[in-house]
Amino acid sequence: MSVFGPLTWILVALSLVAMVYAVVLAARNKRIDWPVLGMLGVVEVGLIVQLIVGIVQFTGTDRDVSGPFFIGYLIGSLIVLPIGAFWALAESSRWGAGALAVACLVIPILELRLHDLWTA
Amino acid sequence: MTDPAATKHGPGRILIAVYGVFALAATARAGVQIATKFSDAPIAYLLSAVAAVIYCAATFALAKATKVSRKVATTAIVIELIGVIAIGAFSYAVPDDFPDATVWSHFGQGYGFVPVVLPVLGLLWLRRTR
Repeated sequence: MSVFGPLTWILVALSLVAMVYAVVLAARNKRIDWPVLGMLGVVEVGLIVQLIVGIVQFTGTDRDVSGPFFIGYLIGSLIVLPIGAFWALAESSRWGAGALAVACLVIPILELRLHDLWTA
Repeated sequence: MTDPAATKHGPGRILIAVYGVFALAATARAGVQIATKFSDAPIAYLLSAVAAVIYCAATFALAKATKVSRKVATTAIVIELIGVIAIGAFSYAVPDDFPDATVWSHFGQGYGFVPVVLPVLGLLWLRRTR
């Protein structure tokens, strides 16, 4: 299993779907709901798997990958969604869903950065 | 005068979320830069650290949303605006002094120019919720 493969695409796709869903909730004046939290729960599990796979791949590669940045992004990616969900849940208006959409968008950006670091 | 807590609700929720992302990104970036290769570009990395502190201050102050924290947020965001414009201009004028990128280099180009838009939105929001 590679660091960048089906898992990456699943994480990117699910995050983007969750983001669109959150934007739709905000547009319809709804608060965040269980389906979107469930989706992000799946993404979070995937990110944990990615961290493990990433560390294993990093220790076994002879590529010139910046370790502190690479591992830092992998670990950092884990805290984005929980904080985002907490921040969104504590808001009793549509804007909570909007804030969650921001957190969702961070995941694909992080995946892009991880990819750049790996292929640098 | 409106309730100072208005700062953290409504559209402020999204603003603070974006600030939080930058606080996290800038802190992580500056931490790694300073810990691993500080001597490569000390000025750029110190500026990264300053930016990180300002983003964290702005995020927490906006999220706390009290009368006092609003003043802290305003100060932090004004410094942020000055910083991004100054560093942005300098990084174009004397690129040799900025061998490695900071969040604010080239007006935040590496971050989709969000760093230059964010303080403007922040100040507008603070004004709106005054």
